[in-house]
Amino acid sequence: MADGDDGKSLKGCERETPLLDELEKGPWPSFVTEIKSASATSESAGDLLGQLELSYEDKVSHWKHGGLVGVLGYGGGVIGRYSDVGDKFPKVAHFHTLRVNQPAAWFYSSEALRTICDIWERHGSGLTNMHGSTGDMILLGTTTDHLEPAFQELTRAGFDLGGSGSAVRTPSCCVGMARCEWACFDAMKLCYDLTMAYQDEIHRPAFPYKFKIKCSACPNDCVAAIARADLSVIGTWKDEIRIDQAEVANYAAAGMDIQRDVCGNCPGKCMDWDGKQLSINNRDCVRCMHCINAMPKALRPGNEKGAVILVGAKAPILQGALLSSVLIPFVAAEELLETLKELIQRIWDFWDEYGTNRERIGELIQRVGLAAFLDGIGLDPVPEMVSAPRDNPYIYYQPAKEDEA
Amino acid sequence: MTTTPLQPRITDIGPPAYDKYLPPVIRKNYGAWKYHEKLAPGVLCHVAESGDRLYTVRAGTPRLLSIQTLRRFADLADKYCDGYLRFTSRNNIEFLLEDATQIEPLKRELVTLGIPVGGMNNAISNIVHTQGWVHCHAAATDASGLVKSVMDALIDHFTQEDLPAKLRIAVACCLNMCGAVHCSDIAILGVHRRPPKVQSEMLKKACEVPTLIASCPTGAIRPVPGVGGKQSVEVIEEQCMYCGNCFSVCPAMRMADAENDGLSIWVGGKVSNARTAPRFSRLAIPYLPNHPPRWPEVVDAVVKIVDVYRGEARKYERVGEWIDRIGWPRFFELTGFEFTRYHIDDFKHAGMNFARSAHVRH
Repeated sequence: MADGDDGKSLKGCERETPLLDELEKGPWPSFVTEIKSASATSESAGDLLGQLELSYEDKVSHWKHGGLVGVLGYGGGVIGRYSDVGDKFPKVAHFHTLRVNQPAAWFYSSEALRTICDIWERHGSGLTNMHGSTGDMILLGTTTDHLEPAFQELTRAGFDLGGSGSAVRTPSCCVGMARCEWACFDAMKLCYDLTMAYQDEIHRPAFPYKFKIKCSACPNDCVAAIARADLSVIGTWKDEIRIDQAEVANYAAAGMDIQRDVCGNCPGKCMDWDGKQLSINNRDCVRCMHCINAMPKALRPGNEKGAVILVGAKAPILQGALLSSVLIPFVAAEELLETLKELIQRIWDFWDEYGTNRERIGELIQRVGLAAFLDGIGLDPVPEMVSAPRDNPYIYYQPAKEDEA
Repeated sequence: MTTTPLQPRITDIGPPAYDKYLPPVIRKNYGAWKYHEKLAPGVLCHVAESGDRLYTVRAGTPRLLSIQTLRRFADLADKYCDGYLRFTSRNNIEFLLEDATQIEPLKRELVTLGIPVGGMNNAISNIVHTQGWVHCHAAATDASGLVKSVMDALIDHFTQEDLPAKLRIAVACCLNMCGAVHCSDIAILGVHRRPPKVQSEMLKKACEVPTLIASCPTGAIRPVPGVGGKQSVEVIEEQCMYCGNCFSVCPAMRMADAENDGLSIWVGGKVSNARTAPRFSRLAIPYLPNHPPRWPEVVDAVVKIVDVYRGEARKYERVGEWIDRIGWPRFFELTGFEFTRYHIDDFKHAGMNFARSAHVRH
């Protein structure tokens, strides 16, 4: 990253960039330095810097609206982009993004990383985002005629495009069982299996709007599934938290105030520390993870593992932001894949039937009501689905049995 | 190049298999980790049931990376950890080592390269952010420049674990809120403050009017006869709150406005279930100006929140939990931020946010 002095040999950008040069100073790694580095092998990186400097002067974006490009056979995966100052910066007149489906939990070998770099050196700007918020590798900036060759090289190297548009977007997951003792299901395998099961739905948009899936292997939710996925799979357990009393005593001996900092923060108020013994009334435990987070050597999730399935998260547009809400309180780990496939199919059938144009599943549920949605997908209501029952009496009673013909 | 007919095309292969790039120690101990401990800021040790140990060194990246830097990461992975690395869900990079003696040499080399080590536990980790003026047509601000400016100011909280709890910061350049702005401890959000300028000539050619009308959350767009009898729309300006969603579906609704676009600041969101339930971020500052390249007003506001929180919050309290305890009036008093009419919700279920009790602190 210490390539800042490469700026002098910047290709493709004749203009000075005094505003952006300011952003090469300071301790945090500089994206400006990255763009200058890329200009060693790419003329478009230089023009990108020039156009960005103009945006910093003008305080507006200089990208034209939209852009529809792609590769044959797919309806998504490429975000088209055209400059509105292409006469000044011809090398970014076309500057499309390829979304490449990341390996689960973003594990790479150096060889795989170099393969991607070599392909992108041949076909693009040499700039990337590692990674986009949904999880994809973002290959940032190329021209329309390079899309198909880049795609062909990527697939030959074992990489496929991710999702965009009104489709299933690229699923993502936390590090899970690869490096976390709290993983309650195999998030990486589930994420991969779902991605493979829905290749058609990822690559060929067929829905009213986008649909995202994220898998977090415990309630710490390290991929923010509850906030950033229409379908959120969050690991949990059913039986008792495993306690190693000797290790609890070690934490106390090391100075931890267990009663105040651990028991005192328990939302279920179900823990007690008498100075020698930690007790947990597991029936009242909401599996929030606080005590386990605080004392990872002493406390562990139970052995009967699985996940909570939640539905409906989205950003504000159109009817306000939503967090996902509970749909199924517990599915055993070994039944997750089959249960999810069945559930997803039922959700899509309902959405396909009733969803309006550009309506996320969370907004559809708001519009028709959770109860009607449950009827539609064939699930029974359970009290875990609500934070509280309704407080208004505007109830749509269904016909009593004797009224039915 | 596209004139070449497509030889055997490979499609629908998906990503590489989920376990393809796992280092041997992970492959061996997959799903059998016993506990972890922190060794130093940015350094974790995971211990498996087998007794095997895995060391992780986490470092910050600007997310926007050149292939030159990615190749350098690959070289570091080869040199220190048999060629294995990963990225995190906050776009940090993690080197995965089996040999503990390699931790310090790797850290030294990272720091020499200007790559800060940290971002774990009670620290400020990387800022989840978006495309901004680098690649998006709808951005009301730049993302990369804001992130660089804020992280330069907060770097000591990245490299040290000196806060009551983790503190997550996010940036989104418009209120599509790509990323995590709506659920972060501190969030910076690009905003517009003026209605779209309707370009009728373009509208007829480029937009589907019913979709455009349906795109407005407040019903502020209605059809009108346009120039030459062609259909157009008008914006009921009193109803428009400048969300820009009409521009997302129709290029003729131009939103960008150099003088009036800017930033809002939000606080108190979280996604984890630890202690309290996941929750949305709430408005702290309705508007700050866009002042590239360093956005000093934004940096000052974020630093202020971090400083006050660090001084006042109890151990384990996230920003939202801290404000829960002290109350919003005290938050505004301690930060010195002005409470305005803009802080009072007036969208659909606004009353849910009114104070409906006599619980008042004096």
